[in-house]
Amino acid sequence: MADLDPVFGLHAQSLAVQRQRMEVLAANIANADTPHYQARDIDFSKVLAQAQGQQQAAAGGSLGLAAPSSGQAAGAAASATPETMPALSYRVPLQTSIDGNTVDEQVEQSAYADAAMHYQASLSFLSGQIKGLMTAITGQ
Amino acid sequence: MSSSFRIFDIAGSAMSAQSVRLSTVASNLANADAVGSDPNSVFKAHLPMFKSAPEIAGQQTPGVRVTGVVENQAAPEKRFEPGNPMADGEGYVYAPNVNVVEQMVDMISASRSYQNSVEVMNTAKELALKTLSLGS
Repeated sequence: MADLDPVFGLHAQSLAVQRQRMEVLAANIANADTPHYQARDIDFSKVLAQAQGQQQAAAGGSLGLAAPSSGQAAGAAASATPETMPALSYRVPLQTSIDGNTVDEQVEQSAYADAAMHYQASLSFLSGQIKGLMTAITGQ
Repeated sequence: MSSSFRIFDIAGSAMSAQSVRLSTVASNLANADAVGSDPNSVFKAHLPMFKSAPEIAGQQTPGVRVTGVVENQAAPEKRFEPGNPMADGEGYVYAPNVNVVEQMVDMISASRSYQNSVEVMNTAKELALKTLSLGS
């Protein structure tokens, strides 16, 4: 599998991060009516920056998206493992509500659509790469 | 590594919680006019309590669950209706403390949240199917 990493590039890992982001946003939408629930999100560019930092430190290989090694995110609870939640942080509410809930359904919906679109974009890239490989293998 | 089907669990928990909320609204509205002669035994409005589902170790994306349904402890409405067969000795009947307008607002809110969860699930399903058919 490692031999295929240069072909697929960062899209394979990007899929995983976008899926995790969709999970977090789905939890936000599910808890839209839960008192004292605080909305969270994954910052994709932060994950990318962390991955780049790690790549530079490791000095070599193609750019990949690895989950951060320590819980530097503001929202990361003690139980967070590096693989499960990269760069998780609390959302700053646009309007505060009386029950302490910070979920804004419109914001969450648009963020969910955004994550789904990025997921699909990565899928398209991967699909194209696989088709290219198949063409190279079958030679027609 | 958790599967993409975790989204289905989350959205599913939200849908069942919202449907409990819709049921309590239906029950409250159905009993809104059930007057009685005893202020203690008259119907009281029910309220579902929502809480984020307990987080499984390593998973930070909680669903939602209903921890219980509590009764609204506000006093029932006292109406002077001496002609009502349910009236007490002084001619009063007691109506449930159900605020119909409040219940309608709750119903709309629950319905919207339910629809949101359905959309979340639909999108997750589409993406999962596309991922399964990758490269074909």
